[in-house]
Amino acid sequence: MPAIEAEHLYKVFGRRARDGVTRLRQGATQQELNEQDGLTAAVIDASFTVEEGEIFVVMGLSGSGKSTLLRMVNGLLEPTAGSVTLMGANVTSAPPKTLRRIRRERVSMVFQHFALLPHRTVLENAAYGLETQGIGKAERARRAAEALELCGLGGWGDKLPGELSGGMQQRVGLARALAADTDILLMDEAFSALDPLIRRGMQDQLLELQSRLKKTILFITHDLNEAMRLGDRIAMMRNGRIVQIGTAEEILNDPANDYVARFIQDVDRSRVLTASSIMEPPVAVLRSEQGPRAAHKLMRENQLDTLLVVDRDRRIRGTVGEQTVVRAVETGTTGVEGLLERSVPTVSPDTVIADLLAEAADSEVPLAVVDEQERLVGVIPRVTLLTALSNTSATSEGGPDGEAQTDSATDPQPDPPAASAHDAEVPA
Amino acid sequence: MTHTAIDLPRLPIGDWCAAVVLWAQENLGPILDAIYSVLRALDDKLAAGLHVVPALLMAVILGLVAWAASSWKLGVGTLLGMLLISTMGMWDEAMDTLSLVIVCSVVAMAFALPIGVAAARYEAVSHVVRPVLDFMQTLPVFVYLIPAVLLFGIGVVPGMVATIVFAMPPGVRLTELGIRQVDREVVEAGHAFGAAPRRILTRIQVPLAMPTIMAGVNQVIMLALSMVVVAGMVGAGGLGALVYQGITTMDMPLGFEGGIAVVILAMFLDRITAGLAGRSPVARVSKATARA
Repeated sequence: MPAIEAEHLYKVFGRRARDGVTRLRQGATQQELNEQDGLTAAVIDASFTVEEGEIFVVMGLSGSGKSTLLRMVNGLLEPTAGSVTLMGANVTSAPPKTLRRIRRERVSMVFQHFALLPHRTVLENAAYGLETQGIGKAERARRAAEALELCGLGGWGDKLPGELSGGMQQRVGLARALAADTDILLMDEAFSALDPLIRRGMQDQLLELQSRLKKTILFITHDLNEAMRLGDRIAMMRNGRIVQIGTAEEILNDPANDYVARFIQDVDRSRVLTASSIMEPPVAVLRSEQGPRAAHKLMRENQLDTLLVVDRDRRIRGTVGEQTVVRAVETGTTGVEGLLERSVPTVSPDTVIADLLAEAADSEVPLAVVDEQERLVGVIPRVTLLTALSNTSATSEGGPDGEAQTDSATDPQPDPPAASAHDAEVPA
Repeated sequence: MTHTAIDLPRLPIGDWCAAVVLWAQENLGPILDAIYSVLRALDDKLAAGLHVVPALLMAVILGLVAWAASSWKLGVGTLLGMLLISTMGMWDEAMDTLSLVIVCSVVAMAFALPIGVAAARYEAVSHVVRPVLDFMQTLPVFVYLIPAVLLFGIGVVPGMVATIVFAMPPGVRLTELGIRQVDREVVEAGHAFGAAPRRILTRIQVPLAMPTIMAGVNQVIMLALSMVVVAGMVGAGGLGALVYQGITTMDMPLGFEGGIAVVILAMFLDRITAGLAGRSPVARVSKATARA
């Protein structure tokens, strides 16, 4: 059973909103609806499911409808059409009392501007969800203190929110949501109001917490880098519609339309794409039982001056260099065991390209990509790495095509490149 | 030079208003009686309580209240002011007036708070309430006295009714404003964690709106004090009666002394409520964070 299931959600604001849904189903666009019917379609036919333990990011610019979408998930806004199910409980048709119980027990929320109660202490704020659950004072304090500890705020319980920095206030917001101990966490632009460095730290902390707590997280953001960093899967939203759902790599490698393509053109791919997406099949690899002659032949055929040597199980034994091989052929040495250079740089398939650079710089030989059993799954020659890096800028030189330009003319939203330039990550 | 009115049939608006009042007088007897006895009882009880305490002790008590609510300076000032009232021979009247102001303000706020909350929550209520408040606040104060006397006779109660009606608007307005100003996201957080609307109101909206609501309370008290003096004209007693007597007999010393006593009470009440407003948790927090 998926944790969150949204089916054909529509949210139209204005009089006779339901007629607006009918019009949209018949193919009217958001703009037509606004001009001809005076209705604002915030979310149009949005369907998605979020599995338990997954971080699902909804990414879109302001006005794309992502916050409205989020608010329909916990029933803060009632959908004009469609339905939302949380862990099997239908939110959309629930009467107010049931809805409040669902919110107390199943889903908590973290807000963009923290939404803390300024007149209550940090501890009391963290305990707020427990308070609405009707849990006794002592237990409340204990669990809230635990949640604060978890968020790195141990010892701050007696302070007032106003005495804390923005980043710390949002930790309180996160602690409040975690203390409530719901399976589902909704995060509405939770880190957007924070400075880039703090934001980065919070993202790391969230990922770290998530690896332990395995919550189901629905995360809203306008920052593509944040989406790519956090999201197991990402839904790209535009003008009220979900235009693509996929992993970061799927979206980067196979954008669904020009809008997405234009949007992702300035993403720092080196921090999103991983070794597995650029590695090459290890064709020119010497098996350890082969001899220097075979090595020499392989080198000539593939124009290489170094070869990776693997055993029967494709575990890396080392490398051999051209000069060593040539000398061995001349002296008639058999077997390559004695010729091996043992230090081979290896990386895992999940390493992002940015982290490959340092490894590659220190190494004469191609980087070896190995799986969890240390078996060779691919290689990344330096040329490949450089090509992958240059591709990140090559796409943006292509520029938006005709249709994309029309789009930008009618788009009231800020230009994606500008937005992502502003949010550019600070290199660690 | 005379201006002729535009040639339209004259609308007997005044007559209509009078008709409404007369209708109320005829048909709402029991309700009017109930209002009368409640207000009368409240005022009698409180005034009796204030009179029981000897003037000097009362002056000290009020001084201590001022100290607790604000500062020792206000405490001393209050003590001196009260002693001044006493030396002018107006102590009893001042206590009568204080009692009237307190009862009227409490009753006015008792209406203002729920109306203000409803106006903040429902746009329709807000639209209806606003012009009514404008009317209540700007209608010349003396005009209230006529229907009040018709409905409740001469005495303390018509003065109180007029005072309550006149003093209520800022209480409603500032309650509505205060609740509307509460950060929407914080209210949303209450909903998101499954709190019931009533709890959101009492635990989030009202506490956070408290500084503004207290400013409303302050305004209500000030208006009540000014109206209570006017109400002296219809026999509400207290300092108002002295001032009215001063006017009608052209007794300048009496008028001034009565006036000064009113000013002393006004400053006392104003500073105390302002002091209390600064003590609400939210106001303390914003002060604390401003320092940090």
